[in-house]
Amino acid sequence: MKFGKKFALAFGLVLAMAGAAMAAGTVKIGVYLPITGGNAVGGGLELAGVQLANKQIPTVLGKKVQIIVVDNKSDKVEAANAVKRLIEKEKVNAIVGTYGSSLAMAGGEVAEKAGVPMVGTSCTNPLVTQGKKYVFRVCFIDPFQGAGAAAFATQKLHAKKAACLIEVTEDYSVGLSSFFERAFKKDGGKIVAKLNYQKGDQDFTAQLTQIIAKKPDVLYIPANFAEGAIIMRQARELGAKFKILGGDAMDNPEMVKIGGKSVEGFSFTTFAYAPEMPNMNPTQKAFTANWKKANGKKLPNALAACGYDAYSIIIDAIKRANSDSPKKIAAALAATKNFPGVTGITTINKTHDAEKSIGIMQIKNGKRIFLTVVNPK
Amino acid sequence: MSLDMFIQHVFNALTLGSLYGLIAIGYTMVYGILRLINFAHGDIFMVSAYFVFFAIALLHLPWIAAVILAIIGTAAFGVIIDRIAYKPLRDAPRISALISAIGVSFFIENICIVLFTGVPKPMPRYEPLVTVMQFGNIRILPLAIFVPVCSFILVAALIWVLYKTKPGLAMRAISKDIETTRLMGVKVDNIIGLTFGIGSALAAAAGIMWALRYPQIHPFMGLFPGFKAFIAAVFGGIGSVPGAMIGGLLLGFMEIMIIAFFPGLSGYRDAFAFILLILILFVKPTGLMGEDMEDKI
Repeated sequence: MKFGKKFALAFGLVLAMAGAAMAAGTVKIGVYLPITGGNAVGGGLELAGVQLANKQIPTVLGKKVQIIVVDNKSDKVEAANAVKRLIEKEKVNAIVGTYGSSLAMAGGEVAEKAGVPMVGTSCTNPLVTQGKKYVFRVCFIDPFQGAGAAAFATQKLHAKKAACLIEVTEDYSVGLSSFFERAFKKDGGKIVAKLNYQKGDQDFTAQLTQIIAKKPDVLYIPANFAEGAIIMRQARELGAKFKILGGDAMDNPEMVKIGGKSVEGFSFTTFAYAPEMPNMNPTQKAFTANWKKANGKKLPNALAACGYDAYSIIIDAIKRANSDSPKKIAAALAATKNFPGVTGITTINKTHDAEKSIGIMQIKNGKRIFLTVVNPK
Repeated sequence: MSLDMFIQHVFNALTLGSLYGLIAIGYTMVYGILRLINFAHGDIFMVSAYFVFFAIALLHLPWIAAVILAIIGTAAFGVIIDRIAYKPLRDAPRISALISAIGVSFFIENICIVLFTGVPKPMPRYEPLVTVMQFGNIRILPLAIFVPVCSFILVAALIWVLYKTKPGLAMRAISKDIETTRLMGVKVDNIIGLTFGIGSALAAAAGIMWALRYPQIHPFMGLFPGFKAFIAAVFGGIGSVPGAMIGGLLLGFMEIMIIAFFPGLSGYRDAFAFILLILILFVKPTGLMGEDMEDKI
C-alpha cells in the first residue's frame, strides 16, 4: 500500500513536471524515421530535411519547437515502438514520419489510438491513412500520379485521345490508370483504347497493334520499369508515333539501358521537386539555398523536401489552430488548403492525403531531365 | 480489322509462337528419351542469356562469338546438372527425378539472384536481327523470320541425329528400355549426358533469341516461357519434336489472336488460351502429334 502511495506521488510529480515543461514553452515534435537498416538512405535524407526546417522555423506561437528523433530501424515493430515512446515518454504534440509505407502503417496505428497527429513524409500506399483520424501525409498517394499524367497530357501536350496499357495483376498499375482515366475525361479527353496484360508477360505486340490502330495522342503505361521499357521498345518497333507517359515506378536507370532509343521522349510523374528543376518557386529556391548552406555539396532531393514539408505543414497547422494541443493540430491539418510546400502547393483532402503539384521528368538523350510541374485539377 | 493489321498480328504471333516452339523442342526431347520433365529447362534458358551478356560485357567478344560460347557453355552446364542432380537418381522412381528437377530449378534461380542480383540487365542488341523492316504499314523484325527458320533447321537436325546416327539410335533405345540398352553395351550415362547437352544447347538457342526479342535478362526470365513451352510441348504431344514446334506456334497464335479479335479479354489471354488447349486435349488426350505410349514396365 505504502509503495502504491509513493508510486502515485512520484507519478503525479512526473506529470506535474511534464506539465511545467509544456507551460515553459516548448512544442515537441516527434520524428520517427529509418536512420539505420534497409531504408536508411531515404530516412537520412528526410531527417536532414526535417532538421533544416526546424532550423528555419525554430519557434511557433512564441514557443520553441523541439524535435525528438527516434530511429525506427526500417522495422515495423520498431516503428510502432518508436511512436509509442514518442507519445508516452516524450509526450510530443505531433509526429513526423515516416519513409516506407509499411513502417508508416505500423506507426500510424499507435498514433491513431493515442490521438496524436502524425504526418507521413513519403509513404505513398493508399492504406496508410485509410480510416485514420489522426494520420496525414504530405506526399500524394500512388494513384494520384495518374491525375498528374493526365494533367500533363491535356495541359502541356494538348492531347485529345489517350490509350492505357495496364498490368491488371498490379494494384499500382490499376490505381494509376483509373485516376488517369478519370482526370483525362474530366479535361475533355477521350480514352480510345484500354488494354491489359499480366505479370510476367513479355509480348505486348498484340495489345500495341490494337492501340496503334486507334491512333491515340498519348499512351499511358503505369508499368514497372522493366516491362515499361519493353513495351516502349515493341511500340516503336511497331511504328508507334504517339507520346508515352508513365509513373514513378519507371524511374530507374536500367529502363534506358533496356529500352535504348525507344524510351527517348518518355515522360513520367514524380515529386514536384528536384534540385535541378527549372523555374523554381520562392519556397523551392529558399529550400535549395538553405540546404546547400547546411549540407555543403550533398544535393537535396524530393525526399529531403518531403521531410521539410512534413515539419512545416505541422507548424502551419499549429499557427492556424493557435494551439499546440494534438486534437486541435489534427483538426487544423485536416483543413490545410493550398499550403506552399517545397514539393508543391498542397491541399489535404478528405482521406488525409495530399493533393498537390506533380513533377514531370522526361528522358532526353538517354538522361532524365526535370521537365515541368503540373497541377492536376 | 484491316488486312494490314491482321498481317501484323500474324507476324507478331509467328515470332512469339516460334520462340515457344523452340523452347518446347528441348523439353520434349529430354522427355521423349528419359520420360523426365526437366523443370530446370527454363532456368537453363535463362543461364544462356547471362552467358551472352557476360561474354560481351566482360570479355568484349563479338556478338556471334558470344553466342557460340554461350551455347557451348550452356550445353556443358546441362551435362553437369545431369551428372549432379539426375544421375544418382537414375534407378529411383520417376517422381524422385522430377522433384530433383524442381529443386535444381529453384537452386539455379536463387543462385543467380545472389550472383547477378534481381535487377534486369539489358540484352546486348544484334542490329541485323532487330532492325525493323517496313512493308507498307506492316513492320517486321528480321528476328520474326529468323526464329522460325532457325527452329525448323534445328528440328530437322534433331530428327537427323535421332534417326540417322549411332548416338541417336542409342537415345531411342534408351527411351524404350534403359536396362536392355545397357546390356547391349551402350554407355547409357554418356548418351543421357549427350541428351542433356543437346537439350540445353537448344534451350540456349531459344534463350538467346528470346532475350533479343524481349531484351531484359533476369533470374526469373525462364519461368513463364518455361511454363508456356511445357504446355506447348504437351499440346503438341510430349515426346514428339515436330509436335512441340507446332504446339508452340499454335499457342503463340492463340495468345495473339485472342487479343486481336477480343481486345476486352486482353487481361485474361492466358486463361482463354489455356481453355482452348484444354478443350483440344479433351478431344485428343495425347496431344496433336503424340502417339499412345505404352507404359514402360
